[in-house]
Amino acid sequence: MSPLPEMSPLLETRALSRDFGGLRAVDRVDFSVDPGEIRAIIGPNGAGKTTFVSLVCGRLAPSSGTIIFDGADITALPAHRRVRLGIAYTFQITSVYAQLSVFDNVALAVQRTLADGRSQDPSRGRLRTGVTEALERVGLAGRASLPAGQLAYGHQRLLEVAMGLALKPRLMILDEPTQGLGGGEIENFVALAREIAANATVLLIEHNMDVVMQLADRITVLEAGRVLAEGTPDAIRANEAVQRAYLGGGA
Amino acid sequence: MKAGARLYALHGAVIAVLLALNFLLPAYHHGLMARILVLATFAMGYNLTFGYGGLLSLGHAMFFAAGLYGAGLSIQHLGFGVPEAFLAALACGALLALVVGVLALRTTGVAFMIVTLMFSQAVHLAIIYFSAFTGGDQGLMLRPQQRRVETVLGTLNLTDPNTRYLVALALFTVVLFLMLALVRSGFGRVLVAIRENEERTRMLGYDTFSGRLAALVVSGTVCAAAGAAYGILFGYVGANFASVQYSILPLLWVLLGGAATTLGPLFGTVFMYYVVDIASGYTSAYMLVVGVVLILLVLFFRKGLLGTVRERWLRWLP
Repeated sequence: MSPLPEMSPLLETRALSRDFGGLRAVDRVDFSVDPGEIRAIIGPNGAGKTTFVSLVCGRLAPSSGTIIFDGADITALPAHRRVRLGIAYTFQITSVYAQLSVFDNVALAVQRTLADGRSQDPSRGRLRTGVTEALERVGLAGRASLPAGQLAYGHQRLLEVAMGLALKPRLMILDEPTQGLGGGEIENFVALAREIAANATVLLIEHNMDVVMQLADRITVLEAGRVLAEGTPDAIRANEAVQRAYLGGGA
Repeated sequence: MKAGARLYALHGAVIAVLLALNFLLPAYHHGLMARILVLATFAMGYNLTFGYGGLLSLGHAMFFAAGLYGAGLSIQHLGFGVPEAFLAALACGALLALVVGVLALRTTGVAFMIVTLMFSQAVHLAIIYFSAFTGGDQGLMLRPQQRRVETVLGTLNLTDPNTRYLVALALFTVVLFLMLALVRSGFGRVLVAIRENEERTRMLGYDTFSGRLAALVVSGTVCAAAGAAYGILFGYVGANFASVQYSILPLLWVLLGGAATTLGPLFGTVFMYYVVDIASGYTSAYMLVVGVVLILLVLFFRKGLLGTVRERWLRWLP
């Protein structure tokens, strides 16, 4: 892999649109994220946030527009090929393999990076090390042999993040990761997200404004499928259009 | 003992028991068991797509038939020896599975059942239609001299019951350990993952279509191996083996024994055969007995014999 020129964006979308029947869920979105950034995407329900990141990771095909990742046009690539390029997506609705052990859940991700040669030394021991490493980072190493379905909800969310981590992503898309978590769990998650951002660019969809303000370098606000505003947390907080649309007037 | 060693010891022990049975069983049961071993191999092939892959196919008779006729026709019309015919059968099974898979795997669930059923019926009808080559409904009988293998150690006579049992057991053993290795490998893990949550697996970077296709090709090849062995060992190549009944039987055997267990297909096939065998000794309405047994199993062993054993007692069973 050749080193990137400074500040060329890791991800870029140009006039990206997606229609569902007559409804335009994502409307000509021009968007770019620099390497190493934590970017939050916020907006009211139905603003098109999940649809937008689904287009980026390939779960949905765009109606029109272009997606560029690391300088290459990936618009036509199927989702699994994008994952191999380093785009990881953690599901909004927890989607772990309930019947499989916690270990096997993460092993599936590690096995993928080994098969792609994105991790060195693809031996049997390497799989175990990779899984343990990812589980330790989210604090689930002690539960490796449990069926994932028996984990508490908050732990299932963490397992989901561990699977994303184990993919060694360059772009990690977190879709409402703190949904349904308690106060302490949210604090832990914020610390974890900072750790993730040390090695990867993070795209964060989040409703919890405290989390967004703590983590994001920049914020993109979507409304009705369009980019309403973009800027630093302070600029977004001060933006009147955003206040009207989302933060509830005199926030 | 390490987990891997324990598993190989368990499977080795099952093979040892089956080998001992060769010397212990009376003639009638000896012959029955030889057939069961071949059909259990068929069931293991089916189990790979149905049990581990979660694909309910109603057309696996076509893969059994591909092996049966691939071997039978090449012996009859091309003068192939047994080893060449067996290889031809494997190639037929793999190729048919590849073609059917590319088309049928575009569907899932009920649509997949129907598409595989249609392909299988097409194969069945083709066998009957080309009766000049296949013998149609009558089928083909292989002559005893066509069922010999010349080896450096001498002639292997496949009409001899003892040889037949051992060859059937050898095939069963190879496929059993192949399945064990496969389901414990990374490929097996991905296959189960696709069954459990396809969308999730795709978002971990796996091409789920290719994964399923690979499983179907291996499955079709194993079923063809069983079909070829059945034709060569028992000397009869018949169209009824391509009928829908032979697509449903492996499904029943696997369900009875336990889907997605390595040894389940063996236990399911033995169980079903002996229920039919024993019941038909008492009454001509033996299917009624079979029906009652099936209902009891569904009520009390919902995951099949070994599936239930695994769930309740031995969680480490593959």
